[in-house]
Amino acid sequence: MEFVQNFPFISIVLSLFSGPLCSILSGKKAKWVNIAVITIIGLMSAAVLIFVISTGESYVYTMGHFPAPWGNEIRAGALEGFMAVFFCVVMLLCMIGGEREREIEIEEGKQNLYYVMVNLLLCSLLALIYTNDIFTAYVFVEINTISACGLIMIRQNGRTIEAATRYMIMSLLGSGLLLLGICFLYDITGQLLMSNIKEQVQILHMTKEYHIPLMVSLALMSVGLAIKSALFPFHAWLPDAYGYSTLSSAAILSSLVSKGYIFLLVKIFYRVIGFSTVRDSKVINVLFVFGIIGMIMGSVSAIKENNIRRMIAYSSVAQIGYIYMGFGLGTTAGVIASIYHIVSHTATKSLLFVAASGVTDASGESTNFFDLTGAGYRNKLAGVAFTVGSLSMVGFPMFSGFTSKLLFGQAAVESLHKMLPTLIALAISTILNAVYFMKTVIRIYTPEKKGVTEKKNFRVITMKDQPSKSVALICFIILNVILGMGSKPIVSLFETGLRMFA
Amino acid sequence: MNLANLLNNYEEAVAMILFGIGFSNLLLQKNLIKKIIGLNIMDTAMYLFLALKGYVEGRKAPIVTDGIQSVEAYINPIPSGLVLTGIVVSVSVTALMLSLTIRLYRRYHTLDLDKITTQLKKEGL
Repeated sequence: MEFVQNFPFISIVLSLFSGPLCSILSGKKAKWVNIAVITIIGLMSAAVLIFVISTGESYVYTMGHFPAPWGNEIRAGALEGFMAVFFCVVMLLCMIGGEREREIEIEEGKQNLYYVMVNLLLCSLLALIYTNDIFTAYVFVEINTISACGLIMIRQNGRTIEAATRYMIMSLLGSGLLLLGICFLYDITGQLLMSNIKEQVQILHMTKEYHIPLMVSLALMSVGLAIKSALFPFHAWLPDAYGYSTLSSAAILSSLVSKGYIFLLVKIFYRVIGFSTVRDSKVINVLFVFGIIGMIMGSVSAIKENNIRRMIAYSSVAQIGYIYMGFGLGTTAGVIASIYHIVSHTATKSLLFVAASGVTDASGESTNFFDLTGAGYRNKLAGVAFTVGSLSMVGFPMFSGFTSKLLFGQAAVESLHKMLPTLIALAISTILNAVYFMKTVIRIYTPEKKGVTEKKNFRVITMKDQPSKSVALICFIILNVILGMGSKPIVSLFETGLRMFA
Repeated sequence: MNLANLLNNYEEAVAMILFGIGFSNLLLQKNLIKKIIGLNIMDTAMYLFLALKGYVEGRKAPIVTDGIQSVEAYINPIPSGLVLTGIVVSVSVTALMLSLTIRLYRRYHTLDLDKITTQLKKEGL
């Protein structure tokens, strides 16, 4: 066995133990530990990714000394490696971009606790990505929820505590359903490792024995994870949680936490149930319908919103809808489009949150839409970054959002019955996206009348004033352009990754 | 035939009914404490279900005390392990929910989540 193969395990353990370590350090030191840990894990995941691509096949890493049906396993393939690297990069940029806000908004003695939460969150995300055991996945889903709740409520005001409570209630409902689904699956297959369950499920699918419990279990797991990742009717907690928490929390929650659950759902579809069984079930039609409704309703709510942070949060609801619509198509092309959209949305949404905070900083900390007039001239870099993010969300060529919409369109054409609704929903949703994002871009580039500037506590922010945020914004823009321009190798990487899943 | 199945597996049916009670309480109750009680009922119903799945009639708990090592003598230990893990998760989540409830109560002097939301809107934060 190569030494590289230990890296997934080491990265999970490293992030797990650096959490408690941060709790005894001072805020400043904890920050550096956190940045170092994310960087090291990113590098290790990159090594894993390169190793897996060079050997061309995934590998299974046994934990402890117990062989397959009893022991716990980690599994790494191309898709897992890519996701781990990508999540680390985005998380690092979110942490750098929100540095100033964290120092202002979090109480002095509690700074280090924030890094405890972030490290645990990273640990649970990595475990969700790598694990091959479905019950371990459940446990880390809960760890993910708890640490995300901590990230929301670390900024102490009434809004965030209420948002955290609502978030916890919805998440607990979701994880209850997920656990019930896992128990049913264990009940009818007698296995907990994903690959072993799949063997049994294929036998069950052929003999049609226990067909209803199998479908119920699939439905419970899908709905549970859909609730947790804020699919349309379950999104009530989302705008408050993203809109009032501190900047890095909002960026990390919107871009990473929900994506971790969705990635677990992809794994359940491909590695636990088997995609052909999923395709034959009616569950994906439900996801398809709610995805489409979410795409439109999320955008409509965003148009009505006057607070820029909450507007971006509502836009997340629409984008999650896109991802579930891709699953609902029931083709591999649809799933690849969804995975590309996961990546694209992760990069773009965190960019938008950081850019929006840069724009509001220049407008006297006001998040009100009308106070943003001319903010693009006061904070030039944030204005450009917000424009890039908006264009990407709308689907302008060159940026990542365009490629994901193109992939969704191509996947829809392959599907016979779902082609028309998908294309119509894509068109409507794109127009609605354009309405609220372009409205904001035009607003921040409308010059403010003379004399108003002093009255409203506006100030000009250059790159030197906020070096860390500027670095994060530039990196985010580069990331977005890379994803948009070089989509071909990334998509083929996803194809290889999905083939390794089987 | 279906009814006979249900009667034979009445323990599982009870577990599912309890799950439903807990789930709807967690979803629909306005009072935060009642919500937390609902959460606990829901989780406990899951443990009942898992424990039932591991139980084999006439066998003992899988702890070797009298030297009998035959597999036939003991129940399936894996569901018991899952229950233990589940209890740990449920305890920590309950503790977190209770602490959030205390925070909210100290600020708004009510346990009703809807009233808290109305007050927040009045504050206009």
